[in-house]
Amino acid sequence: MIIDLPRFITAERPSWTELEKVLDRLQAEPGRALTLDEAKRFHFLYQKISADLARIATFASEPELRHYLEALTARAYAEIHETRERGRRFRPAQWFFAEFPRVFRRHLGAFHVSWIITIVGVLFGGFAVLLDDEAKEAIMPEMFANHLGDPAQRVAEEESGKKNRVSEVHASFASHLMANNIGVSIKAVALGLTYGIGTIILLFYNGVIVGLIGLDYIRAGQGVFLAGWLLPHGVIEIPAILIAGQGGLLLGKALVGHGDRAPLTARLRALGPDLATLIGGVAVMLVWAGFVESFLSQYHQPVIPYAVKIAFGCVELAVLVWFLSSGRKNADAAGAAEVRA
Amino acid sequence: MKSELRIRTPEGIAFSYPLAGPVARCMAWSVDLAVILALVLAMGRVFAVLSIVSRDIAGALSTISYFIVSIGYGVVTEWAWRGQTVGKRIMRLRVMDAQGLRLQPHQILMRNLLRAADMLPFFYLVGGLATVLSQRAQRLGDLAANTVVVHIPKHAEPDLDQLLAGKFNSFRQFPHLEARLRQRATPEEARLALQALVRRDDLEPDARVRLFADLAEHFKTLTNFPPEATDAMPDEQYIRNVVDILFRQRASAPGRSVEKVAR
Repeated sequence: MIIDLPRFITAERPSWTELEKVLDRLQAEPGRALTLDEAKRFHFLYQKISADLARIATFASEPELRHYLEALTARAYAEIHETRERGRRFRPAQWFFAEFPRVFRRHLGAFHVSWIITIVGVLFGGFAVLLDDEAKEAIMPEMFANHLGDPAQRVAEEESGKKNRVSEVHASFASHLMANNIGVSIKAVALGLTYGIGTIILLFYNGVIVGLIGLDYIRAGQGVFLAGWLLPHGVIEIPAILIAGQGGLLLGKALVGHGDRAPLTARLRALGPDLATLIGGVAVMLVWAGFVESFLSQYHQPVIPYAVKIAFGCVELAVLVWFLSSGRKNADAAGAAEVRA
Repeated sequence: MKSELRIRTPEGIAFSYPLAGPVARCMAWSVDLAVILALVLAMGRVFAVLSIVSRDIAGALSTISYFIVSIGYGVVTEWAWRGQTVGKRIMRLRVMDAQGLRLQPHQILMRNLLRAADMLPFFYLVGGLATVLSQRAQRLGDLAANTVVVHIPKHAEPDLDQLLAGKFNSFRQFPHLEARLRQRATPEEARLALQALVRRDDLEPDARVRLFADLAEHFKTLTNFPPEATDAMPDEQYIRNVVDILFRQRASAPGRSVEKVAR
């Protein structure tokens, strides 16, 4: 019970001000770790303000003071009870070269599901075009309308140089590709919110289009052109979409929660940082793929021999495989150290 | 029903935040949309000048900047302003961690990226429905990022000096009873008495007399001031004295506003 409110405020205010300063400091320097003494003092101040709030909570005449103490307690609570790692300074190189591959490997199962769904789509698209010539027109979206005609005729036009659509607008075309593909990737992750069903449909549909176009060109005897055209950017772009699908499937799995006893909020809370890393890594990959597609893929023989383009694609694929599996030992060691800590 | 996010700390302290409804959020998003549009238009002007040098580069920058602004606006502003965008600032809304803990960068990123699902099939239909149906008024992006959008109430105090006109208060001659009244009256009772005074002119004369009689009778049960302090005092004056004691006698506020502390 507080009888003398002014005295109570005068006595307690230095603690509130001190707590406020500690909180301001923590907020201004997210990477700063408190020393043991500072942490003890911080904890003491938090308990003190909690007690003060309990005393003032039913005190009619001080709503403003109560709101002030509530706001301060809420801030201190967020710091004291936060068990997740404090935000470290973001190091882009370390994040992309170490964290991204590590997160990718941590959820490798979802990636396998992602590529299997896509392959099923590819097979479906291939069979569809084999069984029915009109399947191409029925299934192909408008943005791929340039693939509706005869592949041999298109190859002849591309190779004669009569139909280079992007020779004057490489940068614009690259940026358009990046924005579109990153948008699709974000959608692949976001559709995980439909318990993964939307992501599965999107991956399957992407596979169908690849299957339709692929088999159509192979059937027309234009396999080399297809490889030269698709490989330089496709070996990065397609895995990027698959990784985005991996993210969407992980989100769907967290929502379903099959075989996981943790509550929904805990499952989603645990997945959040990994999803953010996956989508960030995918965006970087798609920026690269956009440049390659605009500045390299659109040039055909005789400007750039197909062998060179195919070789370039193969090298990229090898580097990608190495990159995604790189640092495994370091990562495992770091993981073990984290567990020990 | 007005829902709220209630947080009970292990120390036994409970505090709550009113959750933002779909209408307030929609209005905040409209403001944000206008800001995004203004940014894009402004950049369009810059790129129009650049196109004199190279149309290709200008076109590329235009596409990229539109993409970055439309996706990154929410992420950057919510991170820089601790859960607020321009629209949310105007509408007094804030994104918070659903457990009241520190808002993490990945939470801000996820809730903004997953907007793509909330916008389906058109004009935020999925997100709007989710907000209405969800217990904590969360759209799907909020659900996945474990965030909520809360309303930051404005604690505007009426001008008591004008309301109470600085008249002599006979109750103040009895400090021990004054302290007892302040200790026994609940915040709700204090608010009720204050609101009765603020709205006195809106009441019919008879209703006003009855209301102040009821209130005075109630406050007399909390603390009984001696007859020399209350003799021949009308009920309304009794309530004025009570409100004067409950709201005016206090030390100066702790120096910083609630809103600044709540950052």
